[in-house]
Amino acid sequence: MRIIKLLSIALIASTSFVRAQSDTTDLLGELNQDEPSGKKEVVNYTFKATRIVNSSTIEQLSPGVLDMRISHRFGTLDQGAKNFFGIDNAYTRIGCDYGINKNVMVGLGHNVLGKENDGFVKVKLLRQKVKGTPVSISYYASASVQTTDAPTLAAGQEYNYSHRLTYAHQLLVARKFSERLSIQFMPSLLHMNLVDSTKYDNDVISLGLGGRFKLTKRVAVTGEYFYRLNGTDNKVGTLPTYNSLSIGFDIETGGHVFQLHFSNCAGISERLYLAQTTERWSKAEIRYGFNISRVFTIVKPKEFRK
Amino acid sequence: MKKITLLAVIATLSMPAMAQKFMTRTAKITFDATSAKSPEKIVAINNEVASILNADNGEFVFQCPIKSFKFEKALMQEHFNENYMQSDKYPKSDFKGKISGSSMDLKKDGTYNVQVSGTLSVHGVSKEVSVPGSVTVKGAEISAKAKFVVKLADYNIEIPALVGDKVGKESTINVEAILNKK
Repeated sequence: MRIIKLLSIALIASTSFVRAQSDTTDLLGELNQDEPSGKKEVVNYTFKATRIVNSSTIEQLSPGVLDMRISHRFGTLDQGAKNFFGIDNAYTRIGCDYGINKNVMVGLGHNVLGKENDGFVKVKLLRQKVKGTPVSISYYASASVQTTDAPTLAAGQEYNYSHRLTYAHQLLVARKFSERLSIQFMPSLLHMNLVDSTKYDNDVISLGLGGRFKLTKRVAVTGEYFYRLNGTDNKVGTLPTYNSLSIGFDIETGGHVFQLHFSNCAGISERLYLAQTTERWSKAEIRYGFNISRVFTIVKPKEFRK
Repeated sequence: MKKITLLAVIATLSMPAMAQKFMTRTAKITFDATSAKSPEKIVAINNEVASILNADNGEFVFQCPIKSFKFEKALMQEHFNENYMQSDKYPKSDFKGKISGSSMDLKKDGTYNVQVSGTLSVHGVSKEVSVPGSVTVKGAEISAKAKFVVKLADYNIEIPALVGDKVGKESTINVEAILNKK
């Protein structure tokens, strides 16, 4: 009997102790303990914009968002004071991108250089998770058509519409290492339906490496380099081609991201930065350029539709 | 045998009555940080707020995942996460506190005006708050509402000079929750 008494006292004592413990900290613990475990947190904002400089990032426009982009590439710095270090000449691309849904975005644009019209689609394949998936992967495909006048050809040769076309495929593999540092690896395949000689490669494979490093909350240094595995002997007319290297800054203002950069590549299309960069950093053939992007919400998120 | 039965009875009797808890994962928090000079409305909705309430003593907590706030403009949402709330660093806001009211009885149906007081943690800063709210008990469901204003500066949320007076210095926060018996 004594044992029972003792036991019951002990029990009562211990339970009342448990009750005293049950405060809000326990309630919070209870919330987290029951949290559905299947939902894993995705890593967002790997890059500030949908482009590093010329190449695309794994960033996607939100569904229903239209992004108007104006990209400018001035002449080379080595033109000296006569052409105000390149500022007097410029190539432009004007384009619009649109987010179709959370996985797919598309874009159309026109380049001054080569009077080239381009279109692309970018599809989200995988997203980096806080725990688990280490990288984000997107697939990017573009096609472009040069609309300049047909070149004069030797008798018996024909210049067809198909000769104007170029296609590009890229796999974008990115990882946000920290809030500041993100790196993107970009194996790329470019196919040009026509090159200037039968000796040149129509298909150029390259490995691209890009990244950004945030200096402050609103300013980041960016860069991209494409190393060609073949097609390095290709020429454009008489000009030899080089690997493209671009270094820039992302500056975020209220409504848009302003990207300033220096590059040895004259143009904004895949054809130019993957295979037909005809200038060299070592000769100061560097072009100053900028991308301006302005976003407009065309379709509101469902929470805001009345 | 008798001993064991007795022991079992005593053990059962001495068990604490299980606290009556009410819970939800779909409470809603909206905020409005629009200022007089804002060119567009700065409003966001979060429908993924979790809350649990102990009806025995009125103690309750809220937990709000910052990344689940939806804005009309995706860019605004990005700025909110990246620049203002730093949601990678501070992924959740929470509130731990108690609701109390002179006529309140969370075990009886009815609508009560209550005072909500406790600690609100936002952007890594915890502050004591006490705001009025209302609670409606209806069977196995308790719905709660509160509306209050926070100063962004109190929670070290910086507004850059560039944006200046286009973002309100204060934000009105609306909380609506329907909790079900657990």
